[in-house]
Amino acid sequence: MKKCDKCGKPATVHVTEVVGGEKLEKHLCEDCAANEGVTMKAEIPISQLLEDFILQNSSGPEPAEAACDVCGMTFREFRKQGQLGCPNDYEAFEKALVPMLRRAHEGATEHVGKVPLHAGQETKKHNAILRLRAELKAAIADEQYERAAAIRDQIKEYEGL
Amino acid sequence: MKLADLTRRAGEWLRGAGPMHDVVISSRIRLARNLAGMPFLSRCGESQQRELEQRLRDQILASNIAPVLFYVPMEKASPLDRELLVERHLVSRQHADASHPRGVVISEDETIAIMVNEEDHLRMQVLRSGLQLEDTVEEINRIDDTLEQQLDFAFHRRYGYLTACPTNVGTGLRVSVMLHLPALKMTGEIEKLFRAVRDMRLMIRGLYGEGTDAHGDFFQISNQTTLGKSEHEIIHEFREQIIPRFLDFERRAREALVRNHANALDDKIYRASAVLHAARLIGSEETMYLLSLVRLGIHLGRLKDMDVKTVNELFLLTQPSHLQKILNAELDGDARAQARASFIRGRLGGR
Repeated sequence: MKKCDKCGKPATVHVTEVVGGEKLEKHLCEDCAANEGVTMKAEIPISQLLEDFILQNSSGPEPAEAACDVCGMTFREFRKQGQLGCPNDYEAFEKALVPMLRRAHEGATEHVGKVPLHAGQETKKHNAILRLRAELKAAIADEQYERAAAIRDQIKEYEGL
Repeated sequence: MKLADLTRRAGEWLRGAGPMHDVVISSRIRLARNLAGMPFLSRCGESQQRELEQRLRDQILASNIAPVLFYVPMEKASPLDRELLVERHLVSRQHADASHPRGVVISEDETIAIMVNEEDHLRMQVLRSGLQLEDTVEEINRIDDTLEQQLDFAFHRRYGYLTACPTNVGTGLRVSVMLHLPALKMTGEIEKLFRAVRDMRLMIRGLYGEGTDAHGDFFQISNQTTLGKSEHEIIHEFREQIIPRFLDFERRAREALVRNHANALDDKIYRASAVLHAARLIGSEETMYLLSLVRLGIHLGRLKDMDVKTVNELFLLTQPSHLQKILNAELDGDARAQARASFIRGRLGGR
């Protein structure tokens, strides 16, 4: 069995290329074949793009300690993990997010597509539910089960509206 | 319906049919949606994640979006089953590897897959063979409308559908078209395509999504911009401008290869076919590389005794998890290489 031209492991990929009339043979193992461009690196992965996108904007107008009063997430946390905490963050961090959106979406900052049947007239109600959910989570963490049950009832009432 | 049933055939997207299937493997559109009144996933505790999982699973299974739907709870799925779903493009790598409560609803024909609790509460996708963007967008829109009757999605008048990551906000729509571009790769012109992709604010990835190598000359082209264009505009641009341009580019490269390097091309194609018919040990990357050449040979009419459907199926069925699932055995690298070679010879009627 032929050995890999690069690392000496058994070669499983045999490439014959004709370059300017010259026959060129390559014998490679699976790993080296991948590195040789028998396969190809994809473009920058999206996670990298996202990281760049957030870093580029890290000196934005929003102070890092700005926090969402609905879910409690701070802008610093968003920068660190790349994901927002709740729908209200789009308003809480609006000043810093708008320039980011512009950069990510070819200058656009406004939605022009589909609108759901019951579109966003109920933001207040949704934020109230979100606040209750945060309280519920805290109540359960503190083992205040009676309080948790009461909050759960309130959430149900809101959602039933 | 069980996952094991899936391994008997290739998914819809590898059927090797559909318009422009000499170059376009599949069309996929996904929508990101989150429930209003719920934190995004990173901010949910485990009990909230379970509540979301249950609620979304029940609503989707009770809907009539497809005649037969089944749910795979990812926490309970074996590592092999999770890999299988990634190989079939039914879940993302991220979704397979996570550890929180999550799952995926799949339609029997695998054209619909809805991930529950991925980065967003819902990631719904519709997948079709060949270039079928119109059908695909209509279908995903129908699913969205149906689910919306029961679920309240987070939406903002200015920013549209709200997503955990601001790169998806607005339409929450990502269209991905998978292209087979062996001639551009062979002639080195693929670099030009990469540049065009960058200029057009598109994303290019390999066969298996984010950060993956483009094995066997497959490339997925997707939009990056989700805000400031309507769903219709995004799709229209893909169908009328972007894809035809790349399609034309590849077809011309193929014609030039035949015109100028027929002998060298045939040599590559026939060698690839010979190895696949006769190898006793073969890795998955080499398999992809050789199948890609054979697929090119068939579409150029140079390999007449091989069938494109069989070749397309082999791309999927020779992947590590599929191979192990089909043979019903856990195999290490060397055993897999042997099993893969034997499986391919069997399918191709080799020696």
